[in-house]
Amino acid sequence: MIPGPFELVRATSVDEAVAALVEHGDDAKILAGGHSLLPLMKLRLAMPGVLVDIGGIPGMSYVRVEGDEVAIGAGTRHHELEKDAVAAAEVPILPCTAGQVGDPQVRHRGTIGGTVAHGDPASDLPTALLALGGDVVVQGPDGRRTVPLTEFFLGFFETALAEDEVIVEIRVPRTGSAGWAYEKFTRRANDWPIVAVAAVGHRTGGVGGPYGVALANMAGSVVRATATEEALARGASIAEAAALADEGTNPSADMHADQEYRRHLARLLTRRALERAAAA
Amino acid sequence: MSILGTRVVRTEDALFLTRGATYTDDLVDDRLTGALHATFVRSQVAHGRVLAVDASAAREADGVVAVYTAEDVDLVPIPPGRPMVPPAMTRPWFAGDTVRFVGDLIAVVLTEERYQGEDAAELVSVDIEPLPAVVTTADALADEVLVFPEAGTNLMAAFGEPAPADFFDGCEVVVRQAVVNQRVAPVPLETRAAAAAWGEDGRVTIFCSNQGAQQAKAQIAGWLGLDPAVVHLVTPDVGGGFGAKIGADPEFALVAWLARQTGRPVTWVESRSENLVGMLHGRGQDQVVAIGGRRDGTVQAYSLVVDQDCGAYPRLGPVLPRLTVLMAPAVYAFPKVHAQARAVATNTTPIGAYRGAGRPEATAAVERAVDLFAAEIGMDPAEVRRKNLLPAFSEPHTTATGAVYDSGDYAAALDKVLAAGGYGELRAEQARRRERGDVRQLGIGLSVYVEITGADNGLGAGESAGMEVHPDGTATVLTGTSPHGQGHATAWAMIASEQTGIPVDRITVVHGDTDLIPRGAGTMGSRSLQQGGVAVHRAATELVELARQRAAEQLEADPADLEFDLGSAALGVRGTPGTGVTLAQLAEQEPLLVRTRFDAGGPTFPFGAHLVVVEVDTESGKAEVLRVVTVDDAGTIVNPLLAEGQRHGGIAQGVAQALLEEVRYDADGNPQTSTLADYPFVSATELPSFELVDMATPTPMNPLGAKGIGESGTIGSTPAVHNAVIDAVAHLGVRHIDMPTTPMKVWRAVQQAQQEGTH
Repeated sequence: MIPGPFELVRATSVDEAVAALVEHGDDAKILAGGHSLLPLMKLRLAMPGVLVDIGGIPGMSYVRVEGDEVAIGAGTRHHELEKDAVAAAEVPILPCTAGQVGDPQVRHRGTIGGTVAHGDPASDLPTALLALGGDVVVQGPDGRRTVPLTEFFLGFFETALAEDEVIVEIRVPRTGSAGWAYEKFTRRANDWPIVAVAAVGHRTGGVGGPYGVALANMAGSVVRATATEEALARGASIAEAAALADEGTNPSADMHADQEYRRHLARLLTRRALERAAAA
Repeated sequence: MSILGTRVVRTEDALFLTRGATYTDDLVDDRLTGALHATFVRSQVAHGRVLAVDASAAREADGVVAVYTAEDVDLVPIPPGRPMVPPAMTRPWFAGDTVRFVGDLIAVVLTEERYQGEDAAELVSVDIEPLPAVVTTADALADEVLVFPEAGTNLMAAFGEPAPADFFDGCEVVVRQAVVNQRVAPVPLETRAAAAAWGEDGRVTIFCSNQGAQQAKAQIAGWLGLDPAVVHLVTPDVGGGFGAKIGADPEFALVAWLARQTGRPVTWVESRSENLVGMLHGRGQDQVVAIGGRRDGTVQAYSLVVDQDCGAYPRLGPVLPRLTVLMAPAVYAFPKVHAQARAVATNTTPIGAYRGAGRPEATAAVERAVDLFAAEIGMDPAEVRRKNLLPAFSEPHTTATGAVYDSGDYAAALDKVLAAGGYGELRAEQARRRERGDVRQLGIGLSVYVEITGADNGLGAGESAGMEVHPDGTATVLTGTSPHGQGHATAWAMIASEQTGIPVDRITVVHGDTDLIPRGAGTMGSRSLQQGGVAVHRAATELVELARQRAAEQLEADPADLEFDLGSAALGVRGTPGTGVTLAQLAEQEPLLVRTRFDAGGPTFPFGAHLVVVEVDTESGKAEVLRVVTVDDAGTIVNPLLAEGQRHGGIAQGVAQALLEEVRYDADGNPQTSTLADYPFVSATELPSFELVDMATPTPMNPLGAKGIGESGTIGSTPAVHNAVIDAVAHLGVRHIDMPTTPMKVWRAVQQAQQEGTH
């Protein structure tokens, strides 16, 4: 439970962090809250030679309204998001979901940028973000670019983030009073979801018609329940739409759940999420 | 008013909760200055032939002082230590020819700094040719692949004979069920740790995290071929054991041996991942229960057959099913009881004691059997229990398997728990939910248990104690017990205070140092209060008597004319105020100390009844525990706060086994639960507040009237939770679900029952 040897670079600006990534290439990893990366390093499943610590870069933690969107700094910790009044008013699914990540220690260290960059298919906030739609703002050697969340999560711990890029901001549409729900299924409160479903009603169209629906742990990455979204857009009932939730998914099998059970949970939790969202 | 029976707040906690205790890895001791750090290289293969171990690269790595492999160790392999186990089932110090489980020791790296050890350990190249692994008890009993080919069998021990063919003749109903009592990990917060240093006097001081210094010392001295007189073993503060820290582990002895080889102190602390494969596991029984009787609810015959998984090497594994067999008749007056057990070797982590150690398995089996029988005949499970319980007794009762129960009133425990839980209203609410077809169904689970505590663990059913009063009026109590969370510092001080009048906060309890306390049996099997606490009671009593003799000489009075005043801790001549001499004053003249021992007439048999209410989401299969109501009768209670703490922890671990925890291996013997992300131990968020009901039937076996309480919570709650989950879906046609009752298993059981129901 001791990581292999590594060099630590403490960046004081995003530019510095990017420069360090450029210098060290694929031997370098960004360290933010450290609650995904450090356990892997302690188990020696990850052995980066250089850690670029962005925790000391000022101004990376914020939640603010910008036009029709809410902008969230990549360094915003789960606990900060959970307690944020702007987020609660403008995009309430996020503070609710942030409050269900891990345990209090994890929530006080982990960051939204970190969990998005990690690309774990069983992570909470990426599921809610994917249901919301919006963009990931990343900065690399050529400056900033914007990647839609729907194009960000590519596969098992694989994202659209290049090796020399840092996530600086997440932008999501303001949902205000539209219905939403996050249904997380675990055996214990602090676990990763066996399956989770995020459903968000959209005022302005946005992703997937009346509802954006995303699933955790049903494929190599967090994925949208496209068939469900399309059925809802066609006017199908919640029960009919939810029955399609596992279409196109490829869940893994582990000791908590085999594929059949995960598919069942995806359908069940989608129905419950949509019912709760519709009742809101 | 006596201090005994009052809620004295734990004197230990101020330290534990602020600065923290001093665990083995925290020790700052001159003897350990300049210590080397040991890092073990363990097998990643469950069963295989060791072709080569190459440590040359590791020996060249930064900070490496030495690397030892099988060929560098000339110690005699560890014998089974149990007469019934084939002698060929020995444990090598390092696997030289064969690895027998993932976690088996292959080499050790000694480095100047701890972090260098993990880097260097990765450089030890191990070439293993995998062999088929024996993973389940069924694999083992097939005897096709042998864990120890030289033994000719995987069987470590066997108890009892098969039931006669006519065993269930005359029964109107017979129900049979295979029941898994799964393997679990103890997961103490403090993992294993040891440190050792040899002095110029030729003696070795060994610090290690364990449940009994004297036993650990005897084992290590025996394994290393040392004169016990040269071994000084010290048990620092210990952060939980649950049975898995009984005695010594081979790693502890190796640390002492390595210190001698290198001429430097050596320390070792294991990581959590290492702990989950290297420390003993618990439970691991595959059972078959059969129960027969009349449709009026009378049970006529009960049979239990146990296959105990012992893991790769014999520790307590082969002994545990003997306790299961002994306790098979449980609280019932069944006319016929049959019990039989086989204990086998597998290519998995060795099995040892875990909170209850053999008795929870007996209770789980019979309580599941009674529920199966009740379901089969369509009778309320409380009613079936009431019909078959032993009547209340105050004279010893001998069971079909030879256990001699000291005292008990099982029906009263059951009635109390049913009343406290509001059983009738719970069943009515359950009926309403069933009638409505609610998604969330109520499950009500019961268990009535009796267990054996303070059994002779091979060191006698007794314990040593000492007490010394100092000239400043403080006192020291010496105990052979070994607290690791129980609160002995508080309870033993209360017992000594009650006899001597010295305030609790002026009494220091010392344990776990074999030079200071050469004799002791340690803390296990819920024995500490009823033997160690009673020994302290005796020491304090004898100390007052010694003081009386001395005071009589000094006051030139007849000892019988002296009376002891608890308020001032002084002896004076009755009716002559102002003549008193205090214990402290006597100690000023001459050391005032006694050493004594209490030998119990035998074990005690605490009992109780648990009622658990769960809500099961029938669509997802997830069970949530809503209520746990328990009656745990442990005789006279010395400190209700401590007793409740023991019940709380025990209940939590029972809930954990019923709902959550399971050590799992794949078909090749690879552990699937070797981090705490994968091994789901229970936390407060999964538990309701517990409803504890008082009941105290004193035992005649000791002057305090105390029975054991450490394991009751686990023994009672495991089957109650298990039965409750099944009860919640019983109306859907579900008859049995094995522990842990995971959401997937419950969901699948409901699916299958419904499919069978429609055919």
